Amino acid sequence: MGRRLLAIMNTTAARLSALYLILFSISAVFLVFYMTSLSVRMLTAQTQETINEEVQGLAAAYQRGGLPLLVRTIERRARQPGANLYLIADPNGRILSGNVESLEPGVLDIEGWTEKPFSYQRFGESGAERGAAGQAQRAGETEMRHAALALVLRLPNQMIILVGRDLGEPERFRAVVRRALMVAFGMMGVGALLIWYFVGRRALKRIDSVSEASQRIMDGDLAGRLPVSGAGDEFDRLSESLNAMLTRIASLNEGLRQVSDNIAHDLKTPLTRLRNRAEAALAGAKDPAEYREALEGTIAESDQLIRTFNAILMISRLEAGYSTEALSKVDLAELVRDVVELYEPAAEEVGVILEAETTGPETVDGNRELIAQALSNIVDNSIKYSAGAAEPRVRVRLAREAAGLRLSVDDNGPGIPDAADRQRATERFVRLEKSRSQPGSGLGLSLAKAVMRFHGGRLDLDARDPGLSVAMVFPDAKESG
Amino acid sequence: MLANAGGNGETAYKTSMKILVIEDDREAADYLSKAFAEAGHTAHLATDGETGFAMAEAGDYDVMVVDRMLPRRDGLSVIAGLRARGNATPVLILSALGEVDDRVTGLRAGGDDYLTKPYAFSELLARVEVLNRRGGTREVETVYRAGDLELDRLSHTVKRAGREIVLQPREFRLLEYLMRHAGQVVTRTMLLENVWDYHFDPQTNVIDVHVSRLRSKIEKGFDSPLLHTIRGAGYMLKAG
Repeated sequence: MGRRLLAIMNTTAARLSALYLILFSISAVFLVFYMTSLSVRMLTAQTQETINEEVQGLAAAYQRGGLPLLVRTIERRARQPGANLYLIADPNGRILSGNVESLEPGVLDIEGWTEKPFSYQRFGESGAERGAAGQAQRAGETEMRHAALALVLRLPNQMIILVGRDLGEPERFRAVVRRALMVAFGMMGVGALLIWYFVGRRALKRIDSVSEASQRIMDGDLAGRLPVSGAGDEFDRLSESLNAMLTRIASLNEGLRQVSDNIAHDLKTPLTRLRNRAEAALAGAKDPAEYREALEGTIAESDQLIRTFNAILMISRLEAGYSTEALSKVDLAELVRDVVELYEPAAEEVGVILEAETTGPETVDGNRELIAQALSNIVDNSIKYSAGAAEPRVRVRLAREAAGLRLSVDDNGPGIPDAADRQRATERFVRLEKSRSQPGSGLGLSLAKAVMRFHGGRLDLDARDPGLSVAMVFPDAKESG
Repeated sequence: MLANAGGNGETAYKTSMKILVIEDDREAADYLSKAFAEAGHTAHLATDGETGFAMAEAGDYDVMVVDRMLPRRDGLSVIAGLRARGNATPVLILSALGEVDDRVTGLRAGGDDYLTKPYAFSELLARVEVLNRRGGTREVETVYRAGDLELDRLSHTVKRAGREIVLQPREFRLLEYLMRHAGQVVTRTMLLENVWDYHFDPQTNVIDVHVSRLRSKIEKGFDSPLLHTIRGAGYMLKAG
């Protein structure tokens, strides 16, 4: 529990609420002190006013009847219930009359308003406790003393008159305010602690679940994702972006895994063949011509390996986001004519009619080399696979359609009748069973697909009857200049 | 392969070259040096950029083969430095990188040709021999001749033994390139790069078919062959 509480205190929410609590407390204390001191000052002023009125009354009596009337007036007033404080003393400070039995020494020495509240004892108050033990009496004596504010006057015959008022009322007020303040503080503190605990605990819980999920993912559950509560708050947003990142990492990782698997599989086969060929030559070759043939065979085999390797690297680089610096305006019509012209003799050699169908110049933002390589891979494939068909024909067609430019290569070969197979054909290294016997790295269509993805387009494979249509679909070039 | 590629030294066009190889992989460098020697050339080695730069400044080389990634000073900086000092020795850049824009940056830095690792030595040799500045005087000629074959670059006509041969535009450019480098081996990728202006690997035998079409046009009805296939390397146009 202690550690858990400590953990909560360490959360941002708890820290913030603690900070707010402190700031609020400081301003509350300031406010309360300001208000109490203000009200006390007001009450004091009121007291002084009352005393002044009292003194004016006494002065009138003195003028009318001299000292005797003054003393009588004071004694009458002093006997009234809840009366102010009245005192008459001789010039030496000995109390002669009034309702004050004793007061702090020195109060009567200074004429005018007492500077500070002073303590006094009212006449007759201590009488109730007279019988008690001396110790208790002395303790009681201090307790029975009150604070008061008074005006000290000296008559022409050097008699001292004190008129004062008990400060019990403002003192009580101050005490009430202070108590209220304490209670308010206490409640505020408890409230803050509660809020602190619940908000902090909630935040902590969410963070804990995210940490746990991350730990699980790190421990190998790569399909795992961070929890999303559905509240749409900042925790959810954070989890969602982290999840998106995890998905991206997973797809990259999957790509990497596939590449290494395929490298292991598809490079091992030719490497083994290469090794066997060299071994067989070493064991069985008799004359230089045979050695030569074996060596040439191994070189051809290595060249094929290098080719495969280059294709893998290129696909990886394209998928990793090839630099877009190499983009320029490419005229697809011209590119189609180039590639068809390049492949036409080779097609004719195997009895395939290769023809281009283009219109005027159609430019896209792209990389000429990459597009040409992708197109030549597709054309190469189409020629290869349609070569055995009756009246084989490969047509490269460039047409504008709603979504952009469609560069399709149609053949009338055996095609790929099964839709799932067509889907698979663009995956790395996939050579559909029927085509296993054909030469090639199995990367031609994958490379074309990667090139199209790089250009923001797509590669479509559609069935024809008979044959296959492979289309490179380019998005419309951004209008510029 | 080495014997094959280097075994054509009997042609009159061929001269022995002094080659500077700047390559930090010791084994690859030794192999190159040996292979160049077998092909009749002299190769000097430098294994880092600074040394290579100093050697290129001091020695009078016909061609340089420079690896892109070198210790102490990278290949492109070496080339740019040499070019800045007015050294115009042809340079072939070797690189493990190989995408289109790598090639462009390489050539922009002052390289004359670019070859991606791994490469066949026959390809490297063919390219280096074509780069040789002492063999590169044919650029200015308006009429190329090889035996009784004649190609006029201005009138775009080809004649053999006085008889005109009609060629398609691309065939003309193909023959033009082969004749410019008559007596030198040109590889299929060199043809694709220089005649078609594409740098990718054409996979199948597309270039071979173009060459054999051209061959039948310039050789049909004549006794002596002109366009020779060099096994494991490429082609060579050579009279007699």
